[in-house]
Amino acid sequence: MSAKVMIDTRALAKKIRIHALRMTSRGGGSHVGAIYSCADILAVLYGGILNVDSAFPEKADRDRFVLSKGHAGGGLYAALAERGFFPTEELLTHYQDGSRLCGHVSHELPGIEVSTGALGHGLPIAAGMAYAGILQGAGHRIFALLSDGECDEGSTWEAVLFAAQRKLENLVVIVDYNRIQGIAPIADVIELEPFADKWRSFGWAVREVDGHDHASLGDTLGAVPFESDKPSCLIARTTKGKGVSFMEDSVLWHYRIPRGEEFEAALIELEGRP
Amino acid sequence: MRDSFVGVLTEQAAEHPELLLLTGDLGFGVLNDFIARFPRQFLNMGVAEQNMTGVAAGLALEGHTVFTYSIGNFPTLRCLEQIRNDVCYHNANVKVVCVGGGMSYGPVGMSHHATEDLAILRSLSGIEVFSPGDLWEAAEATRYLLAKEGPAYLRLDKSAARSTVRSGEKFRPGKIRVVRDGDDVTLAATGGILGEALTAAETLTSQGISCRVLSVHTIKPLDIETLSAAANETGGIITIEEHNVDAGLGGAVAEALLEAGVIPGFFARMGLRNTFSSVVGSQTFLRKVYGLDAAAIADTVSAKLRINAKVHA
Repeated sequence: MSAKVMIDTRALAKKIRIHALRMTSRGGGSHVGAIYSCADILAVLYGGILNVDSAFPEKADRDRFVLSKGHAGGGLYAALAERGFFPTEELLTHYQDGSRLCGHVSHELPGIEVSTGALGHGLPIAAGMAYAGILQGAGHRIFALLSDGECDEGSTWEAVLFAAQRKLENLVVIVDYNRIQGIAPIADVIELEPFADKWRSFGWAVREVDGHDHASLGDTLGAVPFESDKPSCLIARTTKGKGVSFMEDSVLWHYRIPRGEEFEAALIELEGRP
Repeated sequence: MRDSFVGVLTEQAAEHPELLLLTGDLGFGVLNDFIARFPRQFLNMGVAEQNMTGVAAGLALEGHTVFTYSIGNFPTLRCLEQIRNDVCYHNANVKVVCVGGGMSYGPVGMSHHATEDLAILRSLSGIEVFSPGDLWEAAEATRYLLAKEGPAYLRLDKSAARSTVRSGEKFRPGKIRVVRDGDDVTLAATGGILGEALTAAETLTSQGISCRVLSVHTIKPLDIETLSAAANETGGIITIEEHNVDAGLGGAVAEALLEAGVIPGFFARMGLRNTFSSVVGSQTFLRKVYGLDAAAIADTVSAKLRINAKVHA
């Protein structure tokens, strides 16, 4: 059951990107490229797929969302603030002394289920939540957003095996497949292809979409589980740094902080100014 | 101790439908009764301790009381970051249980010796650490953990001291048990090695040395009150653990006493010293090899008392 709140997800994605630019620039936080990579996915999820309510952030039947790629915390904070979980003004405290918004997501904030940041932790936790949902006969779903880099982690694959064994059809993984990890392209580090086949052979139902195409994302995520008795995996083909030409598909923008002329140039592009 | 633990879980599972027991594919034979009676409350997670601990955290966040169960270092060091980030930071109701504390699995080899776990686990924020010395303490600690919310670690030993429980005695978590009173020396032990301390105390008593024996079944929080009393009322303190002396029971006691400004007449830490055991042997044999059996404890006490007598002569 998804919430029938249809909002303009493209506008939400644009806001997420602009917030994230200001947050990382002002606070000196990194990972803007990794946030832009999944900004459209976050916008589609928080624009209508997830059954969540900022007035009741802990309501029992809410869908659970686990941001396993915790370094994209800036994007999740922006999505939550835009959906009313906390004031958008708080976003600018990101990364700064005394803030609640640390670089990697923190469950101290309303709407955030778990703190992550160490890779390979999110999927096991999400799988535990999914198993609890089945034990308790609950109808909500558990969505986990993973980076491709954290598919290097053994613990991710331990959870992949477990979820299939236990037929966790209330569990949905979205992999932000931008093919660039921390300091290099994955082709030069640990190649994941044939990636969809890996998930399928581990017993998951798999779909692949363009991770920046909102209609495809919405249609696919609106049709989970993809198959009965199987956990679902959506491989979202994305571009790291998407939305700012000079950040796109660039290893540099995993860690680089947007400042000065780069900040201004990025803002102009994101706002669609000539 | 393992059977005491499983016995309590089996006895309580019906009353605690939120209880779940997760194993890392260990406990053959031991868990059969529990599995047969409570199949919905049991999960064999396979040989995947990181996932077991992360899943446990997820289950706990959804309202379950989760025990993760495995041998030696597998449920602790192998998945330490999951215990730190997923369990402790979220204050998740997960109880990590290790069977085979110290050198319980003696001849199996060093991979199965849990000799740093107390030091490492007690350094995590928000976790309680239990290391019972006899079967009654193991059962009572399990009962306590079932009822108490929050992260905990339970270290179960293959050996167990003979029971010293008094009629009507209530288990008090976080409170050291004075299992024998005396005033020449205090022997503070944790885990099944408490049995060696009790045997040493009998030997020493026959030589006219009066021993106070403490069972430190809770390492964290540590009972500074009983330790301070022992420092003030007895000649000195010797800590005994089947564990590295660094940051284990001995380290914890030293930290707590010094910070409280209570200095015992003498102090010694008995345990493993910067070594892994590659000697093959039973738990009893290895205690002898590494100077941790009753005879070695009695010798250490005699030596300390002699030195102390000279200093004060």
